[in-house]
Formats: sequence, structure tokens, C-alpha cells
Amino acid sequence: MRGLFKYIKPYGPYMLLTLFLKFTAAMMDLLIPSLLAKIIDDIVPLQNIKLIFMWGGVMILCAVVSVTTNVTANRMAEISAGGMTRKIRYDLFSRITYLSAKQMDDFTVPSVVSRLSSDTYNVNRMLAKMQRIGVRGPILLIGGILITMTMEPKLTMVLVASLPFIILIVAVITGKSVSVYGTQQTVLDDMVRVLRENITGVRVIRALSKTEYEKERFDKVNRKLAETEQKAGSISAASNPATTLVLNLGLTLVIVTGAFLVQKGETGPGAIIAFLSYFTIILNAMLGITKIFMMFSKGLACAKRISQVLEAPEDMPVLPYNGEEKESEYHVEFKKVTFSYLHKRNNLTDISFTLKKGETLGIIGPTGSGKSTLINLLLRFYDVDGGEILLEGRDIRTFPLPELRRRFGVVFQNDYLMAESIEKNIDYFRGLSKTEIEKAADYAQAKDFILEKRGDMDADVAIRGNNLSGGQKQRIMIARALAAKPEILILDDASSALDYQTDASLRKALGEHFADTTTIMIAQRISSIQGADHILVLEDGNCIGYGTHRELLLSCQSYRQIYELQTGREAESFLQAEGGR
Amino acid sequence: MRKLSKKYLIVRLWEYLSRYRFLLFLGAAFMLLSNFLSLLGPRLSGKAIDAIGTKKGSVDFKTVFYYAGLMAVFYVLSAVFSYALSLLTIRLTRNVIYQMRKDVFESLSKLPVSFFDRYQTGDIISVVSYDIDTVNQSLAGDFLQILQSVITVLFSFVMMLTIAPPMVLIFVVTIPVSVMMTKFVTGRSRPLYRVRSKKLGELNGFSEEMLNGQKTTRAYGREEDVIEAFEKKNVEAVDANTKAEYYGTLSGPSVNFMNNISLALISVFGSLLYLNGKIGLGDVSSFVQYSRKFSGPINETANIIGELQSAFAAAERVFRLIDELPEKPDRESAGVLEEVYGNVLLKDVAFSYQEGQPILYDFNLEALAGQQIAIVGPTGAGKTTVINLLMRFYDIDSGAILLDGQDIYGIRRDSLRKAYSMVLQDTWLFHGTIFENLTYGNENITREEVERAAKAAGIHSYIMSLPEGYDTILSDNGVHISKGQRQLLTIARAMLSDSRMLILDEATSNVDTRTEMQIQKAMRSLMEDKTCFVIAHRLSTIRNADMILVVKDGTVVERGTHEQLLAMEGFYQKLYAAQFMTIENS
Repeated sequence: MRGLFKYIKPYGPYMLLTLFLKFTAAMMDLLIPSLLAKIIDDIVPLQNIKLIFMWGGVMILCAVVSVTTNVTANRMAEISAGGMTRKIRYDLFSRITYLSAKQMDDFTVPSVVSRLSSDTYNVNRMLAKMQRIGVRGPILLIGGILITMTMEPKLTMVLVASLPFIILIVAVITGKSVSVYGTQQTVLDDMVRVLRENITGVRVIRALSKTEYEKERFDKVNRKLAETEQKAGSISAASNPATTLVLNLGLTLVIVTGAFLVQKGETGPGAIIAFLSYFTIILNAMLGITKIFMMFSKGLACAKRISQVLEAPEDMPVLPYNGEEKESEYHVEFKKVTFSYLHKRNNLTDISFTLKKGETLGIIGPTGSGKSTLINLLLRFYDVDGGEILLEGRDIRTFPLPELRRRFGVVFQNDYLMAESIEKNIDYFRGLSKTEIEKAADYAQAKDFILEKRGDMDADVAIRGNNLSGGQKQRIMIARALAAKPEILILDDASSALDYQTDASLRKALGEHFADTTTIMIAQRISSIQGADHILVLEDGNCIGYGTHRELLLSCQSYRQIYELQTGREAESFLQAEGGR
Repeated sequence: MRKLSKKYLIVRLWEYLSRYRFLLFLGAAFMLLSNFLSLLGPRLSGKAIDAIGTKKGSVDFKTVFYYAGLMAVFYVLSAVFSYALSLLTIRLTRNVIYQMRKDVFESLSKLPVSFFDRYQTGDIISVVSYDIDTVNQSLAGDFLQILQSVITVLFSFVMMLTIAPPMVLIFVVTIPVSVMMTKFVTGRSRPLYRVRSKKLGELNGFSEEMLNGQKTTRAYGREEDVIEAFEKKNVEAVDANTKAEYYGTLSGPSVNFMNNISLALISVFGSLLYLNGKIGLGDVSSFVQYSRKFSGPINETANIIGELQSAFAAAERVFRLIDELPEKPDRESAGVLEEVYGNVLLKDVAFSYQEGQPILYDFNLEALAGQQIAIVGPTGAGKTTVINLLMRFYDIDSGAILLDGQDIYGIRRDSLRKAYSMVLQDTWLFHGTIFENLTYGNENITREEVERAAKAAGIHSYIMSLPEGYDTILSDNGVHISKGQRQLLTIARAMLSDSRMLILDEATSNVDTRTEMQIQKAMRSLMEDKTCFVIAHRLSTIRNADMILVVKDGTVVERGTHEQLLAMEGFYQKLYAAQFMTIENS
């Protein structure tokens, strides 16, 4: 809630003005009936037609003032609510963008998506509606109580005595519904998740003819969501009848008390009748107020979910850098790096290697051996549990993140393309020149298919790149990584879908044009990495071999085995051929 | 885009409400009862006050208590009914919203695969969450409210007519003006609400897409640019919302204004009539009271109509999605496959995703039952498209595809697809336990069978290393599972499904060679007796295929066994040689 206040504050004066206009409008609406009473009671007996017209004119004037202030206030309420929502959504999206990978893992994407859309939207509604209808209720309540107070203080006290009950009811219901609305939004996350899975997995689901099964799966969350919605609704629905009942019972008590007072001669029945008509106003005001509270509780539940993200702590602080450059001959250095995602089992254990500028490291190993994890650590998506990673002799944790990551060009294993033009996908918001982009496409062996098949760089990439083959997608991603001439290039299984010929041409282009770029290449094919300066063989998070192709053929059994399996040649024959050169 | 008429939308919405006619009827009854009871309250209180009398010491306490007691009872009853009414409305809303989401999902599950290649995930989600929510925010409640308003208005109108017919003339002026104003406002606001729904959908689509690529954005340090692009969409969405809401909230105050004006006119003309001796002063006062009763619901209705505009705009998006053309229905005569042998024939097949850009042409393929057919060729040659056609994700433009001599367009889609198992490069796992992902809804599979398959697929020991073993929930958080492991899981899944034909599209592209070797035996048994279509870059995987098709630029350029193709010294031979090229000799 305090988080929300921060957004309301800048609009404070503006909102006060809105409330003032609303106040004026409410006053005018209250004035008009009393003007009517005045005409009938006081003016008509005078039989002065001119005066009747004059007071009629005053009424119309009040009506005009009421409508203009009301319309203006509504507009202002929407504007300020819109402004606040814009800022909240902006901050939320910014915070989400900067969430660490671990935090994103914890929040999950579907939940974050619905916080951005559904939750901010509900907060927007709350902010606007509270301004639009939140004024009249309190004014009428206070006004009504004050007037009855001057008329008949004792009877008013009876009525006021019922207020604590109402406050209690509203407080309990609001408290309950905040938590139920919170649950409702969580279930909404679940529904969004199933929906997303069905959209992204449509091919598999259709292929396995599992539509009926998926329908059931959706039905389950749909039903659960509908039930939670009903529960939330039912809880808030109680507030209105309960409030009315308490007030009405209070009213009955007023009449009984009034009877005693009349008996004692302390008041007259006329006062009681007048009291009753004001009572209707108070009742309506009270109902308005409870309505606001119900709206408030939904908005608050959503605001809480937004705050959770906004207030997520920075969990990857930049370590202080003492400034002393330890001269290092190495560009990238892993020193006994150990890491675990879940802290149950190490995903990487004691990994060490060094790369000089321009050198290439190839990483090979079975699936799940920690290859991609190593990349995640180097780019500081996660922090190491033990050991350190150095860039130019300096711990990567001492670099501000943008400064660190600016040096890299990366293709991830599960990388994505936007539904935008090919050019925009390669540029990726960096504002690169057309020549740079075309050159990168050329190096990435993407130029031919772009020109041949798709016409030009402006051709659109479909959602999730569905109009491109796997190899075409990979080449666009590689072009993206190359386009800004990175200091360090990381290719995580980035050429798995390329045919061997294209793969070889790619490596050739890299060798020619990116000789100064330090490269880390994860691959399944030995041919992709055998020319690397160093090769790291991973198994189960451990380094089981490190060296050049030749050294590993001699020393690492697993490596040798992979080589023989892939090429169908004996390692010996390679070594002999090498030796004979 | 075709605009859906308001009438059409109302009819469609009514279809939903009318399914719960009984609830609606009950709701109306409760509403009348609760209103009636609450109207009785003032009368009873009047009686009680009469009993109090005017003089000190003359209070008839017995009567006062009697009526006060009655009042209390009636108030309690009224509260009960109005609570019951609320619960009913909520239940009604719940049923409608549930049904609507269900219908949208139903429609989604029938849409052709190409639909999902065109629409942003976030935009579709926005329809199911935001738009449906907006439709139902007040649908059932509004309906009852309007009903109540109509009753009150009619009643008051009759009463006013009986009191002073000439004064009703005032309404002849003001009501049409109010109606026109409301019409004007709604006419302005509905397109704006439509824009709002659209913009919110776009915003959602954008954020969904960008969040999927968050890691890339961060790696490239483009956070600020993405945020800026988001902000552009955000401003658009907020502006659209502000504009729409502004017009939407206009109808309430303006109709209220007309009511105030009529009140002023009534008092002036009423006074004049009184002065001319046409009516009594009491008549003026009761006329005023009824006119207020009259204007209250009109005001309310105008407000609701304003709100309904946003519901209509949202409903349009919902119905449009529900009405999206489904996959061409199976032919009436389409039959279910009884027994599948697995003879597949593609004859002169031509296909293009977009007109004028042929992807496949003159494509011929014959696979005999149990044969292994490999499709190789450079990326983008159309290999995956062949799979899309076999599975009928897309329909061919010309030519024919036969399964066991039967045109596949004469077979029911679900039946055809069931005949295949498929392992794709893009693995898909859902939020659920590993066990659930492996059996994927097939309850007849035992734990032992699952473990056997997982062992064969070389993923068992990894699964056992997870904290909960087979019961570990695969989700976005926590369990980091590599792409290769995902592929192994899908292979295990395919092993558990029993079908006569198998499609492997780069099924092991992210699996390392050694693991691939280890699971080769299992793969062979998976492929045994099945007609297999294999797409792979690693030519070692397909060396033993019965027939290798070399596809280039959308058609078959060479075909034969591995040996035959090598002997041809053509394109295949070149591809094959490239595999063993190293940096040194390239």
C-alpha cells in the first residue's frame, strides 16, 4: 500500500482538485431538491410568476454547474488514474526486465505477464472509480450525521452506535476479500499458464491427438478460477445487505427510543419523521462507502502482487572494485568455479580454464553436463557459489552489468526471435547501421537465404519464427550475435540445425573476420570445435578433459570415443596423419 | 475488420444468459421481493410513528413495539433476499464466464495450426483473461438492474399520468433528449472501447514476447530499449483507456443533467399550473416524488448503457475468436482408421504457405510399411513442411497423399494423427510431473513401463537424481533441464505411445553423440516395424535408412540408399563429405 502511495503523491494536488469538483457537483445535486422545496413552499404562495421563473433559472444554473463540474472531474479522474497506471506499469516492466534470472524463475513468466496486464488494469479501475464515486458517500454521510445531530442528538447517538458494527463488518469483509482476491489472481496465473502451454505446444498436442485431454486440463483450471471468483464475489456481496440490515435495525431502535422520548416529552413525532428522511441519505451514503471498500480490496490485492515484484530486492549487487588492475594476460578466466541451481547437487564443480584474447574455447559433453550453465555464469545470470570468474583479471561481479554484458555477443540454446522484420531481429534495438547488419548476415551465412527466399531484410519473421526453418532461425541469431563485433562471442549449440556445409562456411567466416574475438562455442559435433585453441570436456558438471583436439584424443577417453563415433574413423589415423605432416 | 453489430452481440450474449433462464427468473423474483420488502419498511415505520402520537405520555407502546418488531423482521428478510440475489447474480456470472472461457478454449483447440503462427500468444491470453472479464464484470447484474429499472419507470410513468397528464409533456421533451445524448455518447465511446481492448491486447502480446526473450535482452544489454518500446505501447494503451472511459462516463452526468433540468421545468410549470388552479399543491409534490423515482432508474440505465459499451467491445473480441474459422471440418464421409499398416504415398504434391511462394512442388515419396525414410537437404529446403503435410497441420495445394492406399483427406484428422508418433526438435513439456509428461494423459501406462522407456531413452538416471524423481514437477522455476534432456524425455514419451508410424524431426539434434549412441538400440526398437520419417543433419543417424530423399529448394533431387547416393557422386555425396571436413582442410 505504501508502494502505491508513491504513485498517488505526484497527483495529490490534481486529485484534490478533482475531489473538489466532485464535491461541488454533489452539493449542486443536493441543492436542487431544496430549491424545488423553496419554490413550492415559499415562492408559489407569493403568486409572483417572475420570481418563479427566476428560481427556476437558478435551478437550471445549478444543473449546469453540476454537469460541467461532474464531467470535468470524471475526465480528470481518468487522466490521473491513467497517468498513475502508466507509471506503475512502466516501473513494473522495468523492474521485471532487470529481475535476476533466479527471481524470474521464482515469479515465473505467466505470473509476471498477468501482473503486468490484469493486475495493473484492476489497480487502474480502482484508482479511477474511487475518485469518481468516492466523494459523494463520505460527504453525504458526514453531512447527514451533522444535520441529524443538530436536530435530535439523542436519536442520532442511537444511529451512530450502529456505526462500529458496520465498521467491523466492512473491516472483516475487506480483510477477507483482499486475501481471496489475491488467491483469485494466483489461479488466474495458472489459467494463463495452461493457455500458454496450449498455444506454444499446439503442434505436439495435435500430433498426439491430446486435444480432449488438454480441454480437460483447461477445464480444471477454468473451473477452479470460476469457483475462486465466485468465492471472492460472495464474500464482498455480503457487505451490502449486512450494512443495510445493521442500519435498518438501528433505525427501528431509533423509533423505539423515539417513542420513549416522546413519552417523556423530550421530542415530537415531526422530528422523528424528518429524522427518517435524512436517514435514507445516510443509508445510501453508507452503501456507497462499502462499495468503495469492496473495490478497494480488489485493487489492493492486485497492488500487493505488483509490489512484490517492484520491491524484489536487487539480489546481484555489484561488488566494490578496488581499482587496482591486476595485469592479466588472460581475457577470460574461470578459477575453480562451483555452482548449483537448487543447492542439492552441484551443476558445476571446480571448473577452471583460461582464454587469451582471440582464442577459442570449445565445450563438449553429454546433455545436462553443465555446458549452458557455464554460459549462464559467465554472463552473470547467476552468481557462482564458489571460485571466481575473471574478465581481464577482474572479478565479473565488480562490473556493472551493462558494462559486463556489452562485451558479449550471444546465441543461447533456446533463443528467440521477435515477430518483426529480419533486420530488426538482427539489430535487436541497438540502432546498428544497415551495412553492419548486412555484413553480419553475410558472415552468419544468412544472406543467401534472406535474399533468395524472402526478398530482403524487411521480410517479416512470424511469431516464434514459425515461418523459418530451424537452421534459418539459427543463422539470424548468429548474425545478431556478430552484428556489433563483440569482444567475446558465445555460441551455445547455435549451429546444431545447420547442415555441415553451412556450418563449415560459418566457421571459416568466423576465422577470417573475427580473429580478435574471444569465442566460446558449445557444440555436439566435434567438427565444430576441433579447431579450437582449447577444448573443455564436461561430464556431470566436472571437467574430465581439457586441452587441444590432439591432446584430448591422446588423453581423454570420452573425447576419443565421441570422435570415433562421429567420424567413423580411428583416432589413431588422425593422430598419425597429424604426426606425418 | 468487419464490425459486429450491436444487435448481433446482444443476441450472442443473451444466448449465454438464457442458458441459465431459471437462475435469471429466480433472480428477478428475489429482486422484486427484496424491493417490495424494503418499500414496506417506510410504511411500517409510518404506522409506528402514528402510534407514538403527538402528545407527551400518550404513547401506545404495544403498537409501537408491534410495528417495530415487524420492521425488524421485514428488514432481516429483505437483507436475506438481497444477499440471496447477490449470490444468484454471482453464480450466474460465474456460469457465464466459465462457459465463455470454455467456448474460447474449445475454439482454440479446433483452430488450424497456422492460426497460432499468426497471433501473438499474449493477445490471445488477453482475450481469455481481460476481455471475458470485462464482458462479465456486470453482465448479469446489469441485466437484472435494467429489468428493475424498466419496472420502476413504467410504474412511475403511469402514476404521473394519473396525477397530471399535461406535466408529463415535459418528459416528451427531456426523455428524447436524454436518449439522444446517451446514443451520442455510446456511439462515440464504443469504437474507443474497441481500440482500448485492441491496445491492451497488443500491450500484452508485446510484453509476453519480450519476457520470453528476457535473457537475450539482458545479454545484449538492451533493457532500456525494450522498456522504451514497451512504454510506447503502454502510453497507447493508457491513452486509449482514458479516452474510452472518459466518453463512457459521460452518459451518467449528462442524463443526470437532463433530469435536473426536468425537475426545474416541473417546478416552474407545476407552480404555473397551480397558480392557474389546474392542480393542487399536493399534486405537485407527489408528481415531483414520482418524477425523481422515474429519473433514478433512467440515470442508472444510462450509466449501465455506458458501461455496456466496454462490455460490447470486449465481447466483440471474444466472439471473433470463438468464430475464427476452425480447421476445415473432416469430410462427412471421413472414416476412422481401423488398422494402420503404414504405407504412405505422396504424389505430385505442391504446397505453399503464402501464395506465389511455393515451398514444395512435384514432390513424390513412397514409403512402404515398416520402411525407414530419411529426408535430408539444406536448411529451408522444405523438410519440416513435409511433416506438416503428413500430419495435416497444413493442407496441400495439389497432388495427393495416400495412407494405405486411402486419400488422407478421407480420414478423420484425429484418427490420422493418432497413427503417428512424433518427436520434434522443438520439445514441448508442460507444467506437471515428469511422470505426467511422459505418460501424457494415457492412464493405462504403468510406472514400470515409464521407467523402462526412460531407461531406454537414457534419461532415467537424470530423473532419479532430481529431488522428487519421477514426481518432480517440471516448471519454469527451479528444475533446470537442458534441451538435450528435454529431447530425451520426448523420445521416452514417443516410446510409450503405440503407433504404426513415427516422425523424427531433428529429434536428437541437441543430444550428444555418445548419449545418442547409447540410446540407439532403444531408438532402433522404437523404429522397428514402424514406418519412419527421419529428418536429421547428422547423416550417421540415417545411414541405414531404406530410402533417403535429398530435398533441395522444394523438390526431391536425388533418392536412393546411402550407398547408391554416394555412388551417384551428386549433392548427397557433397553433403556427406562436408561432415568430415575440419577447419584445417576446409
